[in-house]
Amino acid sequence: MLNLTAVDWLIMVLYFVFVLGIGFALKRHMKTSKDFFQAGRALPAWICGLAFISANLGAQEVIGMGASGAKYGLETAHFYGIGAIPAMIFVGIFMMPFYYGSKARSVPEFLRMRFDEKTRALNACSFAVMTVFSSGISMYAMARLIQALHVFDGLFHALGWAPEGIFTFSIVLSAAIVLLYIFLGGLTSAIYNEVLQFFLIIAGFLPLVLIGLRNIGGWSGLKAAVPMAYMHEWKGVAHASTNPMGIEIIGIGMGLGFVLGSGYWCTDFLVIQTAMASKNMESARRVPLIAAVPKMLFPFLVILPGILAIGLPTPHSTTVVRNENGVIYHDTTVVSPQVEQGRGLVPAKINPVTGKPMLTASGQPLLDYDMATPNMLLHFFPTGILGLGLTALLASFMSGMAGNVTAFNTVFTYDLYQSYIRKGASDRHYMAVGRWATVGGILLSIATAYAAINFNNIMDTLQLVFSFVNAPLFATFLLGMFWKRATGHGAFAGLIAGTAAAMLHHGLTLPIEARTGVHGGWIAVLHHYPSDMAQNFWGAIFAFGTNFIVAVVVSLATRPRPEAELVGLVHSLTPKPARAHITWWKRPEALAVAVLVGAIAVNIFFY
Amino acid sequence: MILDLRVPLGLMFSLVGLILTVFGLKTNGDAVLYAPSLGINANLWWGLVLLVFGLTMLLLGRRGQKRLENAPPELPEEGQQRRGH
Repeated sequence: MLNLTAVDWLIMVLYFVFVLGIGFALKRHMKTSKDFFQAGRALPAWICGLAFISANLGAQEVIGMGASGAKYGLETAHFYGIGAIPAMIFVGIFMMPFYYGSKARSVPEFLRMRFDEKTRALNACSFAVMTVFSSGISMYAMARLIQALHVFDGLFHALGWAPEGIFTFSIVLSAAIVLLYIFLGGLTSAIYNEVLQFFLIIAGFLPLVLIGLRNIGGWSGLKAAVPMAYMHEWKGVAHASTNPMGIEIIGIGMGLGFVLGSGYWCTDFLVIQTAMASKNMESARRVPLIAAVPKMLFPFLVILPGILAIGLPTPHSTTVVRNENGVIYHDTTVVSPQVEQGRGLVPAKINPVTGKPMLTASGQPLLDYDMATPNMLLHFFPTGILGLGLTALLASFMSGMAGNVTAFNTVFTYDLYQSYIRKGASDRHYMAVGRWATVGGILLSIATAYAAINFNNIMDTLQLVFSFVNAPLFATFLLGMFWKRATGHGAFAGLIAGTAAAMLHHGLTLPIEARTGVHGGWIAVLHHYPSDMAQNFWGAIFAFGTNFIVAVVVSLATRPRPEAELVGLVHSLTPKPARAHITWWKRPEALAVAVLVGAIAVNIFFY
Repeated sequence: MILDLRVPLGLMFSLVGLILTVFGLKTNGDAVLYAPSLGINANLWWGLVLLVFGLTMLLLGRRGQKRLENAPPELPEEGQQRRGH
């Protein structure tokens, strides 16, 4: 049972006050739609850079990376070393000149400038739907976690409210806060709060890692406590059978690094919007590079708690008998079966009907990896700093939500409303639409969160559909920016074909030990993958390849746009900006090289 | 930029640091409370770290804010029309 005291609540309330305070302080500066949707394109690079990774540092990241650390060990760091850093360098150096330089207000708008209206419509619609659902999923996960940790139980008990209301209370509270600060301060408010949350995550998780490491006997103690494969990022990666994730080097390099990582960091407006908000081209290019520096160090912060949780001794019910002045005391600590059946601090999953731990196909208890990081917080933090840790957790959920909501209101207003519903209205009108789109987006997210309660599989299914839509995206942008011959028809056909290829691949393959259905194989099972991760990576490779080939073939068969129209949108037709006025070490390229060297060093350390 | 972010950031961390430090001092030596954190007074030590971080940010931010208010409005990027702030 969680015992929160007044100090914990004080810290949590203080955070909420600052979050809302920033919204109110920024309200009077929101004069035009550019201020509201694009933060006036006036923010310094370091703020945008921290917001760039923070927008991604939502629930999925903090809880999910801890869970993955507990399940797969240090191999999870591939999501950083391979899955993020190279893509962040690429988007900063090579792609940002076109995003920022084209003066597009959103990623779909860039697609209209480069290709045509239908490609933009396709991307805008699928993106708008995905952001709403993602923030709903984030909301649902947060409410579930709050329930599982009993954060509000004491409060509800004190107020005499029924504990069934905790789910709704968590959702309404987080939705109201996010809504209010975005409604007031737009993207600036979201970005400022993302930076606040970035520092809060460090403040909450760094002491956790330090205490956890100290308990287990430092780095060498951790190495001794977990299986050897857990502590290597690269060893055994040549073959699927010799590493915990069951993927091999091609799947990781091509699937995760080239397709999925780049697809996310280089094309997702959720992160790109922060870079597009910076004050000039050099800053915009520096944004993803600045973001890459803390990103390199985040495995220590978010993956290590999961590995530590597995490595620590599993708590058991114990009775200690002690004799004090002739009186015999029995100190009994009882732990629940789910804790005792678990591994380390990771509890077993309990079947809610029978109350017995759930078993895998091979008879091992099924572990609830998502509880790894939260349980670490509860295990090591005394009241006081515990409030800080929980606040950091809540903050990460809310900023993940906020990034989705600002991306949604921009794409909805500029790419859907202004383009197809009402053209040529006043700027003031579009700003009002953006504000109400924020309200609408949050209401839809709440609906998604409630739908997730009633339909068990909805989260898996949604994420699956997103992966179909996202997998081929990077090919479209790559062709668009670096091949002047690529046409709108080609891009559109490629996107559709890529998504179809992803669906087909999923319908025909299955990870071993999984049942057909949401895990794959719903057409016929032609191939078995060693893990769902491998299936995911290879699916992305197929989607990317199909999109690439179809887009090239269709482009060659259709009429290209005149080159004069593509200046500033395609690499070969865009004059190089004069950079002689910047000292060499201040240029984005120099920073990129430094980041690359750092990333290689971190990978060698984790080898 | 209209509000130097380091001001609210520094203020918040200074306050959180202060709360943790004071609470840590008050509960110093409480063996039961600090049993989970291996006997380390995590509140006091981490509170001090956050306090120093918060005050540094606050100082830098106030300096930055003053510069923002005194400086002439930033020149727009070449060829780009600027509206609002």
